Amino acid sequence: MADIVLDKVSKRFPDGTVAVRDVDLEIADGEFVILVGPSGCGKSTTLNMIAGLEDISSGELRIGGQRVNDKAPRDRDIAMVFQSYALYPNMTVRENMAFPLRLQKLDRETINAKVEDAAKVLELTALLDRKPSNLSGGQRQRVAMGRAIVRQPKAFLMDEPLSNLDAKLRVQMRTVVSRLQKQLGTTTVYVTHDQTEAMTLGDRVVIMRGGEVQQVGPPQELYDHPRNLFVAGFIGSPSMNFLHAAVEDGRLRTALGDVPIGDRVRRQLDGADAPRELILGVRPEHFEDAALIDDETRRRGLEFEAPVEIVESMGSDKYVYFTVEGERASAAELEELAADAGAADFTGAGASLVTRLSAESPVAEGETRRVWFNLEKIHLFDPSNGRNLTLHEGRAAGALAD
Amino acid sequence: MSVNATPTGADVAANAERSAGRHAAVPTQRARRGRAPLSENKKAERRLGWLLCAPAALVMLAVTAYPIIYSVWLSLQRFDLRFPDQREFIGLENYATVLTNEFWWTAFGVTALITVVTVAVELVLGMGLALVMHRTLVGRGIVRTAALIPYGIVTVVAAFSWRYAWTPGTGYLANLFGEGAPLTERASSLAIIMLAEIWKTTPFMALLLMAGLALVPEDLLKAASTDGATAWQRFTKVMLPVMKPAILVALLFRTLDAFRVFDNIFILTAGANETSSVSMLTYNNLIRGLNLGIGSTMSVLIFIAVAIVAFVFVKLFGTAAPGSSDDERR
Repeated sequence: MADIVLDKVSKRFPDGTVAVRDVDLEIADGEFVILVGPSGCGKSTTLNMIAGLEDISSGELRIGGQRVNDKAPRDRDIAMVFQSYALYPNMTVRENMAFPLRLQKLDRETINAKVEDAAKVLELTALLDRKPSNLSGGQRQRVAMGRAIVRQPKAFLMDEPLSNLDAKLRVQMRTVVSRLQKQLGTTTVYVTHDQTEAMTLGDRVVIMRGGEVQQVGPPQELYDHPRNLFVAGFIGSPSMNFLHAAVEDGRLRTALGDVPIGDRVRRQLDGADAPRELILGVRPEHFEDAALIDDETRRRGLEFEAPVEIVESMGSDKYVYFTVEGERASAAELEELAADAGAADFTGAGASLVTRLSAESPVAEGETRRVWFNLEKIHLFDPSNGRNLTLHEGRAAGALAD
Repeated sequence: MSVNATPTGADVAANAERSAGRHAAVPTQRARRGRAPLSENKKAERRLGWLLCAPAALVMLAVTAYPIIYSVWLSLQRFDLRFPDQREFIGLENYATVLTNEFWWTAFGVTALITVVTVAVELVLGMGLALVMHRTLVGRGIVRTAALIPYGIVTVVAAFSWRYAWTPGTGYLANLFGEGAPLTERASSLAIIMLAEIWKTTPFMALLLMAGLALVPEDLLKAASTDGATAWQRFTKVMLPVMKPAILVALLFRTLDAFRVFDNIFILTAGANETSSVSMLTYNNLIRGLNLGIGSTMSVLIFIAVAIVAFVFVKLFGTAAPGSSDDERR
């Protein structure tokens, strides 16, 4: 077991493209860290550099305090789990799991004992003599995990290990991975493109974009206090609503009405080079049916009326989509997020607002409904650089803070 | 030619597909066992199947089945074109003559030696070449083309150039190795024949093996290196087992080919100094000697030998190839 330190680690390919740029990251011993981001953000390259499967162009990588830049993967004492499971098809489950131990030249009894133990933990005992081709996807995935844990390495590296499983199994395996990591207490670096996985699994999440780290922190912190537009849009499902906001006379003119702003935000907008246009971000759960809130709460927010487009009842609450008029928010980050979601060429008609209202709300499709939203929870972003203006000392404080 | 996919290629989706196929197969099997009458639709489908196969089957019958049967028929007769009047059916007498003849067994030994040595050397060199071609990043096309040139040259032309190269006085290779005429001695002649064979067909071997290399997933090698395998261990413990079906196919093709070695011997030594292969001997009897009976007997014997080799290889596949392993047969 060991800590992993990335010190200004970069990856430059021979053709000049930079896949990873100056990544600084300290992963504590026993920590579970998730690298997440859209495809092509450099997360897998970073993981491969930690594994030694990819050379480090510049910077330093230390595992357990030791510089390992020039060490071969086999000398780094790490275990990796691949998306494709990468099981050896010619070997049985037992042989697959024993393979790293056999390479370490351990004696047969030790190997058997270790394999049996790992198999017990992952409930693979009955499958030990089968070939990988006779296993289901979930079983293969467990064998791949088993092969990683048998040799008690310094760290686990996992490259989208659950992406090839169907949705239900993925949720199930997520808890298996989580429990296993806690049980073993082994430092783990886990790559995924799925923000739900990132939120649920990790102690800390590293959000990457275009080879650069955007923000590092515990999942809840990233969710509540996104440093920029990209992080705000990437984390959360359904994702944050983004609306165009024009700065006029100390107020923000938006499609949801005029939003008052507090002193802190105002100060940032006073400068000569301050942006005249902003992007307003509101998470779906910060809306509520105006009829259902008390006066105390009402004062902390703003109300507006909009036609209801679609109602999705989830049982515990309702996802309600409203049509709002006005300009769409636009920024490079938002386009990138849309492209990653595969919706770059599909914009629909007008801006659609996603809200999560109480299940008691009698909202119906087609009607016009009065909705309230919490001003203390909104975020304001500078469209030119994506910076979150409502962030103060790392905490988001809404638009009204003084 | 098709090379079997490895089981690693069978991911979850393929698995699901396979099991779906298995379920679908159950009712048809039951129907067949119960001798249930085929529906009109099924009958029409079956008829169409036969019709679609018919042209290929007819061509195969005309160009392979007929000559084989005819040569078997000829091999059972005394039939020498110099004495056409003495033609008669003599049963297996020709076989007795050939199989007790020392020339046949010498030629058989030469053929077996050439086959074993050339195929073994080609496998090693071909694997090396395949790895080089697989790993080259720059000028991949040029490397591959260059490697394939020997295979593209007509065997007879290449054989002539080898012969001239080894001709004392004028040939550069003969001069390089000093006095003597290597093509006039048995051992050196055989060595030169094998050299020419290996030079010519290694690229083919490499090509077949390269197809096998493409079947080894990159992740598997990455996994092996994080598991602690050295480059050699990755090659022997991961690459070779996964490639095994492709290697066996390549070996089968080359063995069958090598066993019929003819052109190089014909040009280089014309079978002098006991360097004849069985094909050479057959040619001498059948075409030169005009003895259709003995010649046909020899060609049938070659056919049988090749069939045995193929049978052994296919039996070997039966236990090794993923396409026929028991999990998929179920």
